[in-house]
Amino acid sequence: MNGFPFITILTLVPIFGAIVVAGLDSQKKSLARLLALGFSFVSLLLAIVLWRNFDAGSSALQFVERHEWIPSIGVQYFVGVDGLGFLMVLLSAIIVPFALLVSWKIDDKPHIYFALMLFLQAGLFGAFTALNFFHWFIFWEMGLVPAYFLIKLWGGPERVRAATQFFIYTLLGSVTMLIAFVAIFLVADTFDFIKLGEVGRNGGITALFATKPHWQAVSASTLGLIIFFGVFLGFAVKVPLIPFHTWLPNAYTEAPTGVSMVLTGVMSKMGVYGFIRILMPLFPDQMRSLLTPLLWLAVATIVFSAFAAFAQRDLKRMIAYSSINHLGYCLLGIFAALKLTGPGAQWPIEKAAALNGVLLQMFNHGLSASALFCFIGFIEQRGGVRGLNDFGGLRKVAPVFCGLMGISLFASLGLPGLNGFIGEFLIFKGAFPLASWATSLSVIGLLVTAVFLLTILQRVFSGPLEAKWAGFSDLNLTERLIVLPVVALIFVLGVYPQFILQFINPTVVKMVTQFAS
Amino acid sequence: MLAWTIYISFIGVAVLILLPAENKKAARAVALFSALAGLAVAFAGVFQYKLGSGIADITNTPWIPSLSIHYHLAADGISLTLVLLTGIAAVVGILFSWNIETRVKEFFAFYLALIGGVYGVFLSFDLFLLFVFYELAIIPKYFLIAIWGSTNREYGAMKLALYSFVGSAMVLVGLIAAYVLAGAHTFDLVELAKFSFPKAMQFWMFPFVFVGFAILAGLWPFHTWAPTGHVAAPTAASMLLAGVVMKLGAYGSLRVAMTLFPDGLAAWRGVIAALAVVGIVYGAMVALVQKDFKFVIGYSSVSHMGFVLLGLMTLTSIGLNGAVLQMFSHGIIAGLLFAVVGRMVYDRTHTRELSELQGMNLSKAIPFAAFTFVIGGLASMGLPGFSGFVAELQVLIGAWRAFPALAILAGIGIVVGVAYIIRTIQKSFFSGMQLSVAPTSHPLETISVPERIGAAILMATTLLIGLYPTLLMKLIQSGFDSPLMARLLKGGTP
Repeated sequence: MNGFPFITILTLVPIFGAIVVAGLDSQKKSLARLLALGFSFVSLLLAIVLWRNFDAGSSALQFVERHEWIPSIGVQYFVGVDGLGFLMVLLSAIIVPFALLVSWKIDDKPHIYFALMLFLQAGLFGAFTALNFFHWFIFWEMGLVPAYFLIKLWGGPERVRAATQFFIYTLLGSVTMLIAFVAIFLVADTFDFIKLGEVGRNGGITALFATKPHWQAVSASTLGLIIFFGVFLGFAVKVPLIPFHTWLPNAYTEAPTGVSMVLTGVMSKMGVYGFIRILMPLFPDQMRSLLTPLLWLAVATIVFSAFAAFAQRDLKRMIAYSSINHLGYCLLGIFAALKLTGPGAQWPIEKAAALNGVLLQMFNHGLSASALFCFIGFIEQRGGVRGLNDFGGLRKVAPVFCGLMGISLFASLGLPGLNGFIGEFLIFKGAFPLASWATSLSVIGLLVTAVFLLTILQRVFSGPLEAKWAGFSDLNLTERLIVLPVVALIFVLGVYPQFILQFINPTVVKMVTQFAS
Repeated sequence: MLAWTIYISFIGVAVLILLPAENKKAARAVALFSALAGLAVAFAGVFQYKLGSGIADITNTPWIPSLSIHYHLAADGISLTLVLLTGIAAVVGILFSWNIETRVKEFFAFYLALIGGVYGVFLSFDLFLLFVFYELAIIPKYFLIAIWGSTNREYGAMKLALYSFVGSAMVLVGLIAAYVLAGAHTFDLVELAKFSFPKAMQFWMFPFVFVGFAILAGLWPFHTWAPTGHVAAPTAASMLLAGVVMKLGAYGSLRVAMTLFPDGLAAWRGVIAALAVVGIVYGAMVALVQKDFKFVIGYSSVSHMGFVLLGLMTLTSIGLNGAVLQMFSHGIIAGLLFAVVGRMVYDRTHTRELSELQGMNLSKAIPFAAFTFVIGGLASMGLPGFSGFVAELQVLIGAWRAFPALAILAGIGIVVGVAYIIRTIQKSFFSGMQLSVAPTSHPLETISVPERIGAAILMATTLLIGLYPTLLMKLIQSGFDSPLMARLLKGGTP
């Protein structure tokens, strides 16, 4: 399979699909849906073929394609995946068809809606496979545009504000990141992520700034910090870290169900991915010098978002806040893994555990959070409302619904045996010896999450059944078939996480050895 | 051969004058044919040009021997890039003026005269000749606005003409001073550029000539003609004004002021770079609060031309390349945006007030216009994948090298740029608000074929250059590799 432009084709399939679907007659609604779903299945198939050909034992980049693009500013067409990139490609390939199926009932210009979804998928594939800043940035921004219009045109009552806020916040981060990368390019003379990682290991960006005589008005280390903050802001908004999160609850709540699923399931992972792929390798010194404040941010994200979710009365908003909470664990793991000092030499095992946990958590949260948004979408479709206190006793009339959604809720709160547990367990196991106080404080978040997720289960499904919900129908066959694959994955990965660990572990081990030097 | 771009345009003017006034179709056909022929010649010239061959002479014959003025046309990578832009803008502009019904032949005659003058400026290497073409472009511009314009057209036209003439006068003074000091034996740019003017003279002459040209490029605080002029002009004229005429200013600043007076440039570049950044941020902020759709685009032009001037002032190879690429890119993108505002929206709704457009639900009424504006808007805000991103990226890289603090400030301009585009997209097309009284009782006329073709050309160009900028960048780079630019690049190194 070497030499075959696998990843290029993977990225082009949804773009091509989007163009075809958008070009359809607006009256041919079913055809638009079917075609879009077909294209997303082709992508899924390609991702599976990629998986079959992926050498799990290797930590090297695979399926690499590299061509000159704009030589004068060091831009290459450079794509490839390692364990991390591949995991994210797989996640995007799974979540998008899932979201398309859930969006089946969209009836207002479905051809545009489905085309935008495919376009969004292309952006995701591109962002997880591109390894040159210029190339990557095209896709990073490309995802934003369809997401904006999907929220703005098909969203809930507050959609205009939510879409604008989402767009402006994310773009603000992108611009600071762009300007920072321009400065990085000036001293490092490359946009290549892999080469920039080597720069990070060989004395870091600060050493390079020190060689630039006419920037001496500011010291090299200060400059290094400014540049770090520029890039950091871009990713921190995307994940998001508190206090850069305020766009998220509005965007996730107002977006139509399918879009919320992709936003939380995959797009939020772009931020975490950026932390691992770009920030960690390139700014190890800056991040280490700021380790304590960064850990505080992670803890604040975990704890505050859990409490915020607890305080909500709108189911969708609760899950939105819980998303912030779950990604907070990822950042806790990442920050803890950066720690170099302390007894016990470099702690390679703990770091590997934490980072493996982070990657697992990214994948697992993608599955369970999008499943939860899907269930809430189903509830809203039936009841027209989605308040925490609007329902009660639905278990009696919709047992299957209750059972499947319950599984997702338990997966989300980290019940052993379901997928969420193993990721969080590994993060906590790895992070505790590295950053004990932060990890201990984060346990509060874990507890509050358990409380509010159980509250959902209790208020919606238990208690007396109100008369007006007596007609609340259970999941029909189609709906069951839609959620079945994801729920099955939740089980499989809970029992057999090795499934994923086997191909991410070599990548993680390589990262850890690189940081140790 | 490239000289034919100029001749074809003026032959077109002559043919149009001879046509009977009532034959509107023929007038349009002649105009389109001339513009297409000009574009074809421009393309042929680009393909013929050997990269790295410096300044390729086209013709060089004595014209007024007593003053040693030559009819010297030549081209290098920079002029070729802009000639190409002019060719594209000319064709597309005609497609978007297909619906002009009053005094059709005069309209296209003035239009082609303007195009001919612009080609002339980009191809002249004798400064006197360049100046003649530069003046030649001002007059048709005035009439296009004053006769076919809309809101406040007399005011807009007069203001534009006055600013242009003041700028020209400043340029002329500088040119004559340079001519005399260099021994009064040549107006040739290449010859004059070899002469080392005294530093004290350069210190005063550089800002004079530079600003004289840069007025037309929308240099803050001399930009005020731009928004009013753009708004008053008919669609095709505002497309040319923003797309090409502003480039005349930037081109003159680079080709004449910066090339002749490198020491003056070294003394003033910090100041001008700061003014450029003020323009970037100020233009964007003012665009953010406009109530008139066209004013938004007018001020956005000021903001984007700021990137051109900033790039020029970096004096780094990458920044200068970025500046020229930005000239091309902005020409395409501004043309696209003005086409949507002026032709697709205003000609149908007869209003440009954003508050009135809000109630018309235009994304449903004219979806193609909405789509075009979204693409143009995304390109304008510098989304990667479109030409504006590559250009502004290079300018930023250059600016980081030369003026790091200004690069960060320019970032603010980019963010505000995103905000005003989003605001405008929202208000103009996607507000989804239904007014109780429908402002137009009859349904809007659908987007015509010429409009679709024109929009498609511009969208394809910005996307093509955005994804594969090397196409143009080799050309531009070869322009900066020529010996003419060597002193400029060296003079800039601190």
